Amino acid sequence: MSRQTKEIIIKYIFLLFALVSVIVLGLIVFSLFREGLPLFKTVSVKDFLFGMEWYPTYDPPSFGIFPLMVGSLIVTLIATLIAVPLGVMSAIYISEIAPQRIKEILKSVIELLAGLPSVVLGFFGMVIVAPWLQETFDLPTGLNIINASVILAIMAIPTISSISEDALYAVPREFKEASYALGATKFETIVQVIVPAALSGISTAVMLGMARAIGETMVVLMVAGGAAAIPESLFDSVRPMPASIAAEMGETPYGSAHYQALFAIGMVLFCLTLAFNLIADYISHKFRQTGSATL
Amino acid sequence: MESNTIISIRGVNFYYGTVRALTDISMKFRKNKVTALIGPSGCGKSTLLRLLNRMNDLIDGTKVEGEILFEDKNIYAPDVDPVEIRRKIGMVFQKPNPFPKTIYNNISYGPNLNGVSSRDMDALVEQSLKQAVLWDEVKDILNKSAMNLSGGQQQRLCIARALAMKPDILLMDEPTSALDPISTAKIEELIEELKDNYTIIIVTHNMQQAARVSDETAFFYLGNLIEYNKTEKIFTKPEVKQTEDYITGRFG
Repeated sequence: MSRQTKEIIIKYIFLLFALVSVIVLGLIVFSLFREGLPLFKTVSVKDFLFGMEWYPTYDPPSFGIFPLMVGSLIVTLIATLIAVPLGVMSAIYISEIAPQRIKEILKSVIELLAGLPSVVLGFFGMVIVAPWLQETFDLPTGLNIINASVILAIMAIPTISSISEDALYAVPREFKEASYALGATKFETIVQVIVPAALSGISTAVMLGMARAIGETMVVLMVAGGAAAIPESLFDSVRPMPASIAAEMGETPYGSAHYQALFAIGMVLFCLTLAFNLIADYISHKFRQTGSATL
Repeated sequence: MESNTIISIRGVNFYYGTVRALTDISMKFRKNKVTALIGPSGCGKSTLLRLLNRMNDLIDGTKVEGEILFEDKNIYAPDVDPVEIRRKIGMVFQKPNPFPKTIYNNISYGPNLNGVSSRDMDALVEQSLKQAVLWDEVKDILNKSAMNLSGGQQQRLCIARALAMKPDILLMDEPTSALDPISTAKIEELIEELKDNYTIIIVTHNMQQAARVSDETAFFYLGNLIEYNKTEKIFTKPEVKQTEDYITGRFG
């Protein structure tokens, strides 16, 4: 076999491997829509998305996922509010302030946190956080929005922290030198030069952290409480979308309307995470710093 | 002559880790003069420049011995705040490094830290840009990003930014090495104009530039100060053989 033929064969073998994940994603999306779309023959899109009642096993059943969406969005939002300051501050500390030794220790601890299985975090939420919340605030249950948000925040912090840290690290040294040479202190340099220059990367980190939180299943299944109703306070239970799918899929007959509805929820989740990723991508391209001065 | 001295270096040694980069340097810089530091790469001239506003503090594992007196005070004394020093001794870098902010905010950044009120800021921005001979080119685009300017304009912006702090001394670290000849000529003209009001210390690789812009020239080699004299003298009748070899292009 000639050398050129070998090169061409090798090229296509690598292309094939690269295509595997694309093909798998395509198949998953296809089956998601194939199983989910038939629901809309019997239920209108409006009733599905904005219906207030999720009673899939009643007769007649009712497939309104609005309370589930609200549950997902509220725990994601509060988790973000908790995780963004913590993640970004820790990234600033690691990237700009910490001495070398502490930096290394902190980075590996955060990696370890990222590696914790979500079921372990969920367990922590169930047996430690929930009883504490229940006693401290005198609640009927500690499995609620606050509990789920705190645990989701713990899961999102490593994502936000490590991507933000990369963004801060990529700020050219010239900007820092310019700032110091003008008599700025370290704190002034961080706040007025480094963080603004890394802002697009930090925004990307936040979007990816949110995408991580909204798709997370095990934690919300274990600690969000599971009530499919619009919450009235942060101490109410909710049933986020992934929790609904995980809890109910085992008991639904194949091909039933309930089965289709769960797939349709999967479609909604897929669209939401896709949107988060697209926004993150858009931000990181649109606001990319040109880096150092262009000549 | 003594009253003309603005900075006086006494017996300075400087180390990066265990490597000695400067050996027993003693010299005086005169007020309202342009002093050029020349020498081959690695001779310590940029290191010396960065010692004068304590920029080397930002590098881990460095050590300074000896004294550098500015306004009769050792700037390496333990009670001296490097931030204060850097507000009085400005610096322009080799590569133009404007902040990714608007032209206006690039200039106002330093004065803002110094507590200049926003009422006085417009005038100060205009004055600084005029001093750097950039005002006419940018007066209509002050709110545009500085990153859109050409390299030469960016470097003049960096000079304007340093001038806005009203420093006593302006340190320039090969300010034209990244620029085209026309931009270089503009910066050199600017240096000529600025020396009435500022003391300028410039590191340059370009010997013609040193000869053109400076009043005094110091030649460094392997971390030692070899010869320091009036520029005219250095370039016409150097006293040391090494200096002569370097300026005539026999090595370096």
